[in-house]
Amino acid sequence: MNAIFKREFKAYFNTPIGFIVLAAYYFFLGLFFSLIYRSGSPSIETVIMAMSIVSVFTMPILTMRLMSEDRRQKVDQALITAPVKLTSIVLGKFFAAFAVFALSFAPTVIFEIIVATKISVNVLSYIYALFGMFLLGGALISIGMFISCLTESPVVSAILTLVINILIIYMSNFASMVNNSFLAKVFEKAAFVSASESFGQNIFSIPDIVYFVSIIAAFLFLSVRSLEKRRWS
Amino acid sequence: MINVTGLSKRYGTNLAVKDVNFNIEKGEIIGFLGPNGAGKSTIMNILTGYLSMTQGQVLIDGYDITEYPEEAKKRIGYLPEIPPLYTDMKVREFINFIYDLKKVKFPKKAHVDEVLKLVKIDNVQNRLIKNLSKGYRQRVGFASALVGNPDVLILDEPTVGLDPKQIIEIRNLISKLGKNHTIILSSHILSEIQAVCQRVIIINRGKIIADDTAKNLSAKLSSERSIVARIMCDESTMLETLKTINGVKSVTSLGSMEKGSFDFLIEPDDDADIRADVFDRVVSMGKKMLSFKDNTMSLEQVFLRLTEADDDELERLLGTTADKETKSEGDEE
Repeated sequence: MNAIFKREFKAYFNTPIGFIVLAAYYFFLGLFFSLIYRSGSPSIETVIMAMSIVSVFTMPILTMRLMSEDRRQKVDQALITAPVKLTSIVLGKFFAAFAVFALSFAPTVIFEIIVATKISVNVLSYIYALFGMFLLGGALISIGMFISCLTESPVVSAILTLVINILIIYMSNFASMVNNSFLAKVFEKAAFVSASESFGQNIFSIPDIVYFVSIIAAFLFLSVRSLEKRRWS
Repeated sequence: MINVTGLSKRYGTNLAVKDVNFNIEKGEIIGFLGPNGAGKSTIMNILTGYLSMTQGQVLIDGYDITEYPEEAKKRIGYLPEIPPLYTDMKVREFINFIYDLKKVKFPKKAHVDEVLKLVKIDNVQNRLIKNLSKGYRQRVGFASALVGNPDVLILDEPTVGLDPKQIIEIRNLISKLGKNHTIILSSHILSEIQAVCQRVIIINRGKIIADDTAKNLSAKLSSERSIVARIMCDESTMLETLKTINGVKSVTSLGSMEKGSFDFLIEPDDDADIRADVFDRVVSMGKKMLSFKDNTMSLEQVFLRLTEADDDELERLLGTTADKETKSEGDEE
């Protein structure tokens, strides 16, 4: 797992992908922070949670070639015939993408320090918001990685991930369109924006944590199964 | 070292590999020979655990590839048809990655240096793989198969894209490695198999149709010590005369290949050496012999003959002289 993590993480910065993703987050984090700072009530938590919009577009870039590129270049033959478990391959790649994602939030530490010099801040609430964003990001990465397992083309993977991201993050907006009240409620609650709300408001909500953790676990599992299935086709 | 029993692989309705059986002892170098799409690569992919089989069992050093994949894979170095390389990495970086991936226990720097030297890519170790020529990429792939010094090497067309000098180097390397490794090698270059391998397995349409040494195979398929002679003469008289020689079983005229002469295929009785008699008779008739040669088939001819033959013909070709180990016969449904 270590070898694959190291190689994938480095690969992000051998290609422009890692820099593009970091640049996008840094730009929007900076923009939102400056807007909110000027408004007089600087809350880094709000800035962090706003990044879910940016993630809709960055995640497809981050995850598109995780699995598909290997298959296209036939490098998966080297990975699968090496004495490693499929789970280690999937986890190694997941954590590599996750590390880039986590790195994108480095500037928020500086923001938090800047704000702390002006007003008193709740560091725990900042950390909790970050934790929530990481859960949301992890869920998006595992979904994107699973989609990347299904195709040989990074472009197809990216487009599919983009569409699914929009659906899953803003599902709540479609709630009013459904007649069935039960379905409408599911849409409203399951949407990533609504499920992650509690993290930004420093509300400790076990269901929300469980929701994201189980999505991560489910799609990691599906990724492993889809690699396994390819051997049997 | 490698035991394969009843191996089959089905892609949808297409049976790509049909009930393949073979055993390979430690230290053997085996050549896989077969036309395109015969199932060579599929069999290799199954042996290395990249693909699963529909039926059958593969044991690597006693470890079942499906039940103990990690133990089995640890013992295999695999070079697929297209070398699996991360082209955005440098050569040394990539070999280091493979070293980590395979969890090799040898001292890292020394081992990687050794592998790079062995396939002669130490001079390009700091170049990006994507900037390397096909031949160098092939060798990087070879190097990654050698990392960890596995007992079994499975090489799918290892010399494709190399220049003649490199081909000889790689061939020598394979022969050298063959002293303490078990090697399976596939190739469409028949002379290569003939030069390197002790045993040849010929595969066609997913089945093993022959499994023997190259020498035995060509002996089996061409009646032994038959002779082709080109003589300046009259066709019918010469035919009659040659037939009267003691020890000659049959004479067939192959027609005229050169103006004023005819070619004759002369087959001797089982143990007779008729070469001197034939020569003397032709000379005593006052005729000129233009050429006189053994008719043993090259591996190339054996290969063509076997892969083009249908099942009945195969039975006849291999069945008649095959008295000892005719594993291929057991495969007939």
